[in-house]
Amino acid sequence: MRTRNTLALGGLCLLVACIHLLTALTGSQYYLTQLTMSAYYGLVIIGLGTLMGYAGQISIGHAGFFAIGGYLAAALTTRNLEPFLTSPPVRWLEALGMLRAGQDLYGARLITVEPWAACCLAVAAAALIALVIGIPVLKLKGHYLAMATLGFGTIIYRVLLASPYFGEADGISEVPGFPLLPAMGSLGPVVVSGDPGHRVMNYYLACGLLIVGAGLLLNLIESRVGRALRALHSSEEAAEASGVDTARFKLKVFILSAVYAALAGVLLTHFNGGIGPSEASVMKSVRYVALVAVGGMTNLWGTLLMGVGLTFLSLRGVFGTYDDAVFGMILIGVMLFAPGGILSLRHLLRGLLAGARS
Amino acid sequence: MSPDLFFQYLFAGITYGSIYAIVAIGFNIIYNATGIINFAQGEFVMLGGMISISLLPHLPLPLAIAGAVAATMVIGALIEMVFIRWLESPSVLRMIIITIGISILLRESALHVWGESIRSLPYFFGNEITVLNLGSVHLSPQVLVVIAACAVMVAGLNVFFKGTPIGREMRACAANRTAALLCGISARNMVTLSFMLSAGIGALAGCVMSPITYTQYDSGTSLAIKGFTVAILGGLGNSMAAVSAGILLGVIEAFSVSVLPLAFQDAISITILLIILFVRPHGLFGSSEAARLKDF
Amino acid sequence: MSAAAILTLDSVHKRFGGLHAVNDVSFQVHEGSIKAVIGPNGAGKTTLFNLIAGTLPVSAGGITFLGREIQGRKPYQIAALGMARTFQNIKLFHGMTALQCVMVGRHVQSRAGFLAGMLSLPSTWSEERAIRTRSMELLDLLQIADLADCEATSLAFGQQRAVEMARALAAEPRLLLLDEPAAGLNIYETAEVARLIRRIRDMGITVLLVEHDMSLVMDISDEIVVLSFGSKLAEDTPANIQSNAEVIRIYLGDDDAAA
Repeated sequence: MRTRNTLALGGLCLLVACIHLLTALTGSQYYLTQLTMSAYYGLVIIGLGTLMGYAGQISIGHAGFFAIGGYLAAALTTRNLEPFLTSPPVRWLEALGMLRAGQDLYGARLITVEPWAACCLAVAAAALIALVIGIPVLKLKGHYLAMATLGFGTIIYRVLLASPYFGEADGISEVPGFPLLPAMGSLGPVVVSGDPGHRVMNYYLACGLLIVGAGLLLNLIESRVGRALRALHSSEEAAEASGVDTARFKLKVFILSAVYAALAGVLLTHFNGGIGPSEASVMKSVRYVALVAVGGMTNLWGTLLMGVGLTFLSLRGVFGTYDDAVFGMILIGVMLFAPGGILSLRHLLRGLLAGARS
Repeated sequence: MSPDLFFQYLFAGITYGSIYAIVAIGFNIIYNATGIINFAQGEFVMLGGMISISLLPHLPLPLAIAGAVAATMVIGALIEMVFIRWLESPSVLRMIIITIGISILLRESALHVWGESIRSLPYFFGNEITVLNLGSVHLSPQVLVVIAACAVMVAGLNVFFKGTPIGREMRACAANRTAALLCGISARNMVTLSFMLSAGIGALAGCVMSPITYTQYDSGTSLAIKGFTVAILGGLGNSMAAVSAGILLGVIEAFSVSVLPLAFQDAISITILLIILFVRPHGLFGSSEAARLKDF
Repeated sequence: MSAAAILTLDSVHKRFGGLHAVNDVSFQVHEGSIKAVIGPNGAGKTTLFNLIAGTLPVSAGGITFLGREIQGRKPYQIAALGMARTFQNIKLFHGMTALQCVMVGRHVQSRAGFLAGMLSLPSTWSEERAIRTRSMELLDLLQIADLADCEATSLAFGQQRAVEMARALAAEPRLLLLDEPAAGLNIYETAEVARLIRRIRDMGITVLLVEHDMSLVMDISDEIVVLSFGSKLAEDTPANIQSNAEVIRIYLGDDDAAA
């Protein structure tokens, strides 16, 4: 299993490079922008896929975690802290070297948080919120869990929409790039930003991150923890009797998936240069669930490929004004006819073909 | 707070609360028949409002409402027959996702048919500035229409479930599906009926509330969350408790407006929902033993 | 019995609303013995098991396992102390092979957490290999090694019971609770189960079982506890139980279903 996954991940790397070459040859490099975005969304989807498919816990609130990451990163790197320079929290940030000075459009002094520090704070905040929410929520099952997570997502959405700090209906724009590595020798600096000059680099960065993220989750699924998660999905009583602390494991995988979502939110916000409240909407959360379902709940590869593929088509505007309706349709269709995911249909097809031959 | 203002808030709370109660009863009817929480419940309310608004130019108001209720009931029955009926013991997760998908489809269809504009039925009596004076309290007559309509629905459902043979058959199915089957009751038809009933009362609520709250293609989601909050508050499956729970939530929400910004109004009901789920998932009026018997 | 008590129940009660499902039950299980709990349907046997394993909280009374008070502890904590169990209505994990189910049983004997699992460190690999090897040995012990890669829930009934027992043994327990290990098995399979239980005892594992099959119980147990309507009716050796008038009355007089 492990060698198969390694090979498949290698294949995915090749695919990523081939797509780049193809777009370079056909002069359609603008596709890379949407592919980069899809890869970040892919990160949310595989995290949620691990939570839903393997641990069996539904969450209709993951757009909330994505938005917590994205919005905090955006606010911390754009909102001027100069008036608060004397307050203790800001002084601590300064002492830790987490602040940077710049100038705003009008030449006034602008004190903001360094992107790396903002990223750490945003992801940590998402993890903390997941912990606090997860302890009571994950005691619930079935419809109750679905509604509670839906409620959580809605609260995040409402709070963002109502807070001037988060830009209300406009969201936050002018988010700067996220310098990951300084320039070294002949290589330029590595920056997460939507600057067309950085397009190829950002494409590889996002895909690389997705592949690493998927690799980590695949390892996890094959491990002792992954077995315990699948066990508690099937029977919490039997898993407990085998010594699995089900509450703790559910909580940890919930936090893990929230961290994936928040990290994707941070990076995509830097890449897009901004974030709006629609990223936190219930429809986004439902879309993530739909993509996990299409890929097959217990099939991380299917989730990854279908998630990135369909998100890419959606971002390209292929579905036009029927975008949300298409995802609704996908949800129903998959759940009615192929609860194991689209990829499970190949078994059915193979069976039908074999039946026709004999 | 002056007594006048107090009563103003109170009546606003009762009005919204009765709507929430109807949505909650819609949840309960389907839940009792199938064990499914129909996440598309709020869309029935939206459809009722929208269809009646579209029918109004061609029909007098009562007929437009009747037409909207009938049409929504047909939609409810179709949903059950197309998406639910032929599934053999689906998992809860699968049913949640399917009904969420249905709610998206209904909402998106509404968006394509009616657009994003906010619409409403006219006031049933007088217009928006007509006021009834009850002592020092000033009420729009529509408020009384909403409360009366909800009261009639609750009473009607009570008579239907307790007094008619078909209502009793539905209760038998809810109590014990297998036993009901053995007594020759068609559980499948009862499920279809439950979807129709639930769609019908939702649509009627959508019509009577439309002049006050307006109707938009996406107004179903927040109603669904509030209706579910009420259903949980009263104890899932317990429709009579949902009435008191609905009014309770409506009143809390109305008074919260006096202390909190309007934007947080939705957050309040959701916070209540979360608190209830954590503290008493079997509802304020339900018993914990009974809740544990329900199989999730 | 001279051996020390591994499990002690001290006037354990369990009430469900008005129903007194377990009423003032006390007994001890001695290290290295096989003890059976019998009684007519509804006597509270499975409830008693769930109280011992921590699945249900006791209403009153104390349970001591290996010198530690365990009432109020979570099932996974009790499992980690060295108690494993099987279920009356088999609870294997969907979508997992027989081998994987047994590997879950190794949970308490292994350590790799989330981080180690994600990074898949060399130390995690060697632990995985050890888990796999031991699990295969147990499948071998139960003579179902050839079914290791079959989906567990699609196996035949008797084979599923064997997988469940292997899963419980994988935890290397000090005490094994078996909830009706012979239910649904034919007489040949039951005889096989009897041999197996003795073998488990000979491995140094104490066994407490609930069982309906009298011939199996009388055959293998060192001691028997008889429950009736939640109360302990008798506790004695198989020979004495068989001649106990009160026991004969509840089994043959009021309720001859089990005869």
